[in-house]
Amino acid sequence: MKPARERVAGSVANFVDERVGAAKFLKKNLNKVFPDHWSFMLGEIALYSFIILLLSGTFLTFWFVPSQEELIYNGSYVPLKGIQMSAAYASTLDISFDIRGGMLMRQVHHWAALLFLAAMVAHLMRVFFTGAFRKPRELNWILGVGLLTLGIVEGFLGYSLPDDLLSGTGIRIAEAILQAIPVVGTYAAFFAFGGAFPGLVFIPRIYTVHVLLIPGIILGLITVHLMLVWYQKHTQYPGPGRTEKNVVGYPLMPVYMAKAGGFFFIVFGVTAFLGAVASINPIWVFGPYTPTQISAGSQPDWYMGWLDGLVRMSPPLESYIFNHTISWNILIPGLIVPGIMFTGMALWPFIEAWATGDKREHNLLDRPRNAPTRTAVGVMSLTFTVVALINGGNDIIATHFSFTINQIMWATRISIFVLPPLSYVITKRICLALQRADRDLVLHGRETGRLVMLPHGEFVEIHEELSPEEAWTRTSHEQLAPIPAAGIDANGVRANGVLKDRIRARISKGILQEQIAKPTAKEKLELGDGHH
Amino acid sequence: MSNTELEPLKDPGLPAHAHRKADHDEVAAKRAERQVSILFLLSAAGTILFIYSYIWIAQDIYVYLPVIGTTNAHQLFLGLGLAFSLFFIGAGAVHWAKTLMPDQEVIAQRHEMRSSDEDRAGFIATVKENGASAGLGRRTLIKRTLGLSLGLVGLSPLLLLRDLGPLPSDDLTKTSWAEGVHLVTDPGNRRLRPEDLEIGAVAHVLPEMKHPEHRKLDDIAKDALLLIRIRPEEFRLDAEKLSWTYQGIIAFSKICSHMGCAVALYEQQTKHLLCPCHQSTFDVPTGAKVIFGPAARPLPQLAIKVNAEGFLVAAAPFNQPVGPSFWERRK
Repeated sequence: MKPARERVAGSVANFVDERVGAAKFLKKNLNKVFPDHWSFMLGEIALYSFIILLLSGTFLTFWFVPSQEELIYNGSYVPLKGIQMSAAYASTLDISFDIRGGMLMRQVHHWAALLFLAAMVAHLMRVFFTGAFRKPRELNWILGVGLLTLGIVEGFLGYSLPDDLLSGTGIRIAEAILQAIPVVGTYAAFFAFGGAFPGLVFIPRIYTVHVLLIPGIILGLITVHLMLVWYQKHTQYPGPGRTEKNVVGYPLMPVYMAKAGGFFFIVFGVTAFLGAVASINPIWVFGPYTPTQISAGSQPDWYMGWLDGLVRMSPPLESYIFNHTISWNILIPGLIVPGIMFTGMALWPFIEAWATGDKREHNLLDRPRNAPTRTAVGVMSLTFTVVALINGGNDIIATHFSFTINQIMWATRISIFVLPPLSYVITKRICLALQRADRDLVLHGRETGRLVMLPHGEFVEIHEELSPEEAWTRTSHEQLAPIPAAGIDANGVRANGVLKDRIRARISKGILQEQIAKPTAKEKLELGDGHH
Repeated sequence: MSNTELEPLKDPGLPAHAHRKADHDEVAAKRAERQVSILFLLSAAGTILFIYSYIWIAQDIYVYLPVIGTTNAHQLFLGLGLAFSLFFIGAGAVHWAKTLMPDQEVIAQRHEMRSSDEDRAGFIATVKENGASAGLGRRTLIKRTLGLSLGLVGLSPLLLLRDLGPLPSDDLTKTSWAEGVHLVTDPGNRRLRPEDLEIGAVAHVLPEMKHPEHRKLDDIAKDALLLIRIRPEEFRLDAEKLSWTYQGIIAFSKICSHMGCAVALYEQQTKHLLCPCHQSTFDVPTGAKVIFGPAARPLPQLAIKVNAEGFLVAAAPFNQPVGPSFWERRK
């Protein structure tokens, strides 16, 4: 007779399996193999911080009052007693000072939001720089870009809800961006705000969008995102025994379950620690929102900072066409440039496949140095964003480092054009130098620092040969040749679309021509075992 | 060049599995087990701290901690309890996985995502066959009317959104300012005389209302003014704009012409107004001309005068909309 515990478990399992046939699915998937690497945890952090957001956010909704109804505050935060404010702001004060654990949950929620966005960006960088977005994973890349966009909007709406002076200023700016859209902008703004700014409806409206609409969409997209990862199997870094056709790693049960499940608790624990010791978004310091007040050093959260920085550095351009105003100083930094950035990002897998002519499936990741152009484009884009982000904090930087606002503004205005191309060139050079270093390492081994004097007096340094595993990791990548310039047939007649082909051949040459040939088996053999 | 010359290095294959100490040493395994259990016990202690803090630490006790500063004890220990209770579950699980669970990497095969040609052909055949059985190809009338009705049904939700807000009308171009409206302080609602402002002084001003307690934020967002007094000879204004000032007192809309923030920072020495949102800087003596930053237009100036009783009042409404630009705004 089996022990009681096993009998109960058995009958539960039987009940479920007879109804949904779970055993077949689970038998296969509990042994599913996941490659292991620290950088694969970045997406996990994003997922877990989203779950933390759902949990802490639900707690907050029990007390938050999404209303702009004015009232006189009479809670336990003495400095604001007797002040007129919205119910949204007052209830946020109540959560912070009168509900036990309320302050903790608010801070956990805000920290988790910052972490959510940071983890998504880090995950995106990992996926980009290793080429994990290549076929067959382009669709998941696009989903990821969508999730990042939604995350940014969701974060902005979230910190706007308390209706404090800082967030109200952010909403005011968002309204101005809406209003700046040609033709429909004024209508869009009036529909969104139920009339002129600020009106009485935007807090209840963004509340619904923040707690229901966007989280619902994010949850749906994450589900598809993960299902695709599951179905397409995870990518892996190149290394001994790893090929395009296999996947090397640990089975889901027990190792991956314990590690991933444990990691959820670690992320939650760290967020809770931050919420316990690190004050964030102290809305009671800012005071309630009113359109006539403002505080110096008004800053958005970091993931909006680059956008604000672009707006700040924009030249004062406005034009009038047939008695209509077009605010280039808002449209360019607020909508056009971000639009180009995010569209370009979403389309990148297709742009790269077109430019390199590589349309095959890729399950092995690239080491960033082995795709110098992609890496350089990535660093260039990051440089652009970071310069914008720095300008988004120009007032804080000015006061902390004793610069004038004008100096920082002009420095970033110039840098935003100069630094990205410069970083492109430098990154590409660094990648090629690293390729060269790899080649040297494989062919000549590692410098050991041990000097030996030969009988005839010559000093040589002992080089230690790499292990076959290390050598393989450094040489297993493919080196594609540029697409030949096609289009001219034997009789010298140009085919249709030849210009397009020529451009493409040119681009592909730019991407693929300059690379350091990886060592071949023959070269390695000829050089022997590293004594030279 | 022959092919063999370009041959890459050989893949040495997956390295042999290296055993950990706990895999063969029972003492090490026992030690690892104890470590994992201690981590789980720390988590339990965290939960106890959490419960204790929630119930027994009063909410009005503040403690001083280095680096963090003065902080609320209730919130701090509640948070630390939660942090420990969660973190150590995770730490225990990961330590367990790393020391005691099998660490042998296994190899699984991948399959190309593309379906086989057979499956593809079968799929197309099914679609065609089932489509044909529904008469999709033949019954064009049905297809077209369905397309029409589906297209139209999409309009309904769009239409439903119409009442989200009123049409703009003159909301963006009109403010409460009109000839004779008193300038009152914000806050305080006191009428102002020119003598109230010394040279170099700034006043934050709103239009007088019968029931100031009913003043709406919508109105404040358009009506807010800055009243600044400088020496009259310092103005560099044309005759019309100069006539809108009174003995060195000039009134500007406080709502930034860039994105609508309150332009509330006045630098007395340089006579510059600065918007803290995007650092647009306006020069007061020249009529709030933009001298730096992204704003494209000066702050609108309100014409003011002194009435028979000696109070400052508006001489006319704003001659242009205040606040950020919008499509319908005329030059």
